[in-house]
Amino acid sequence: MKLLPILTIIFTFSAIVFGANDPNAYKKNIDVETIVNKANLMAYYQGNDGKAKVKMTITDKKGQSRIREFIILRKDIEDGGNQKYYVYFLKPADVRKMVFMVHKNADIEKDDDRWLYLPGLDLVKRIAASDKRTSFVGSDFLYEDVSGRNLAEDAHELIETTDKYYVIKNVPKKPDTVEFSYFNVSIDCNTFMPMKMEFYDKQNRLYRIIESQKVEAIEVKEGENIQKFPTVVKSVVSDLNTGSKTVMEFTDVKYNINLDDIFTERYLRRPPREAER
Amino acid sequence: MIYYKWSIAVILVVALSLPVMAQEDNTSDMNSLFANMDVHGFYEIRSGYRTRKDKHEKDMSIMEQRLQIDLSSYLDWADFKIKGDIIGDLVEEQADFDLREAYIFMRPYDFMDLKVGRQTVTWGTGDLVFINDLFPKDWQSFFIGRDTEYLKAPSDAAKISLFSDLANLDIVYTPQFDSDRFISGERISYWNSNLGRLAGRDAIQHTDKPNHWFRDDEIAVRLYKNINNYEYALYGYHGYWKSPGGQNAAATKATFPDLNVYGVSVRGNVSRGIGNLEFGYYESDDDQSGTNGNINNSELRYLAGYSQEIGKDLTLGLQYYIEQIMDYNKHKNSMPSGLTRDEFRHLVTVRLTKLSMNQNLRCSLFTYFSPSDKDVYLRPNINYKVNDNLTIETGANIFFGDYPNTFFGQFQNNTNIYTALRYNF
Repeated sequence: MKLLPILTIIFTFSAIVFGANDPNAYKKNIDVETIVNKANLMAYYQGNDGKAKVKMTITDKKGQSRIREFIILRKDIEDGGNQKYYVYFLKPADVRKMVFMVHKNADIEKDDDRWLYLPGLDLVKRIAASDKRTSFVGSDFLYEDVSGRNLAEDAHELIETTDKYYVIKNVPKKPDTVEFSYFNVSIDCNTFMPMKMEFYDKQNRLYRIIESQKVEAIEVKEGENIQKFPTVVKSVVSDLNTGSKTVMEFTDVKYNINLDDIFTERYLRRPPREAER
Repeated sequence: MIYYKWSIAVILVVALSLPVMAQEDNTSDMNSLFANMDVHGFYEIRSGYRTRKDKHEKDMSIMEQRLQIDLSSYLDWADFKIKGDIIGDLVEEQADFDLREAYIFMRPYDFMDLKVGRQTVTWGTGDLVFINDLFPKDWQSFFIGRDTEYLKAPSDAAKISLFSDLANLDIVYTPQFDSDRFISGERISYWNSNLGRLAGRDAIQHTDKPNHWFRDDEIAVRLYKNINNYEYALYGYHGYWKSPGGQNAAATKATFPDLNVYGVSVRGNVSRGIGNLEFGYYESDDDQSGTNGNINNSELRYLAGYSQEIGKDLTLGLQYYIEQIMDYNKHKNSMPSGLTRDEFRHLVTVRLTKLSMNQNLRCSLFTYFSPSDKDVYLRPNINYKVNDNLTIETGANIFFGDYPNTFFGQFQNNTNIYTALRYNF
């Protein structure tokens, strides 16, 4: 009966000694579902809630650009599951004080619930949200890029492990509901942050790229401890078909700000202080 | 006539804020009020013409310049807002100031919001069809091609909102009746039933409007709750018909008889889209029995709607709306023949909206069609954002009808096209 612990020690020891020669050894033991789950949590679910000021610069192929500025508030109902988003527009002037709100449903059979508040009319509108692959506020980002594509929509395959990245190929389970045939995501091996997404069209031609161009460590208090959350603060999407490009820059990023349930009609009609100031 | 009330609203806001400010350190409050001030607005030129000759109105349907100034600021305990339009109007040949908003907003308790002053209030589930939203509308602006935003006229009111886990309650108290900015003949020709013909500037409708402060008042309430993202609401209203709902015995002036409304609505996901149902009972309080031909009978109003994204950036909205006159036999007996209305008015609306060119171009068509009145009202509109500040727009208001006295049919000669340019800042 004493043999088992001894064997365990030997195996562990040899794994350390021999494994040390191959710095990527630990990567080989990780399965693809773990990677995509961790990456999903990293990209969309850090902290219990969060806030950021976002500037979007949309530049068309002629070089003309348009600016969108908004405050985004997010609260997780459960990690990897349902979430709520509140978007308060600051620019351009004609959409100032407009509010867009989403109750994201992780259940693949259920559409998200979306609302729009138009301040001039004092109108709370419900928006039909069946297609998540439409442009977010006229930019090259789609709704799905902003709030995250449901993992259950795709089959995942680890196609490459480099020094820095896991490269995952994602093939849609319902190909007729999307405009791409598949997309590859390069995920940072250390942080699990998705750093690059490449979309291929039905002819398997690369036509759309999203890159995380700048990652910063944001300090977050968790009780007594101060933690650092790696956060993408500059993200760029290029549409190779249209020649259009959108840069999304995040400032004033905060996590765990103890947001109340402000994702209601009350706060649509009158924003919470967190959104305004 | 409506505009003079702006001064009262401003006085109200200032009077309300002064005592509170006096308790605080006055100068520092004033300083932060100015330091926090946000200044925005737009400048707009809008022009339009009738496409048919109308002997009762000018050929120009709209010809105006408009400068909107929007000032907002805040202190720790309240938000302030003043928004007003300076208008140079070539159709009415006058300059005007229209105060759109002037209010103070407070969140005194976790469970209460308070908004006092001139404000726009909207509730209910209809899309350009209103049952339980009894806040003032500006039908004239709507028909001559101003921005849709101008369909909602402001109220001088206090809105108290109470929130709880059980349900939420809104109470809107308007101390002096705010009527619709209704069709009076000034800008839009209409069917004048006393004359038995179309009329316009030759027969501007004069009204006898309830206007005593705190006596001729209105109260509107909404009790609502969101259950699994289905939004349920109960409504109540005590006030007056918002557009003339009768006339005096000598038939010289239009009147606004007493009106109570009780209603209910629900809205939420249905299949791949959004569905809504709304109902209202309009109790014409001055003619409960329905025997007085000079006062509207009570009505039941029903609405069912559905909207869905049917293609990329293409949305379809459908609504079916019914107005039912109660005590219909008494209505028939009390009216001279030829002036009776149908017992049921059916109305279908269809909205199609397509966004393209990175959502900078919006093409939309809103259609009202009444199979019972046999009339149609089309609102095509094309709106293009040239850049982040500049928008150009063109559209039309097109009326058809088999009869000259139906809801939309009477406006046939007002069919117009318009174009506008707006600079936002």
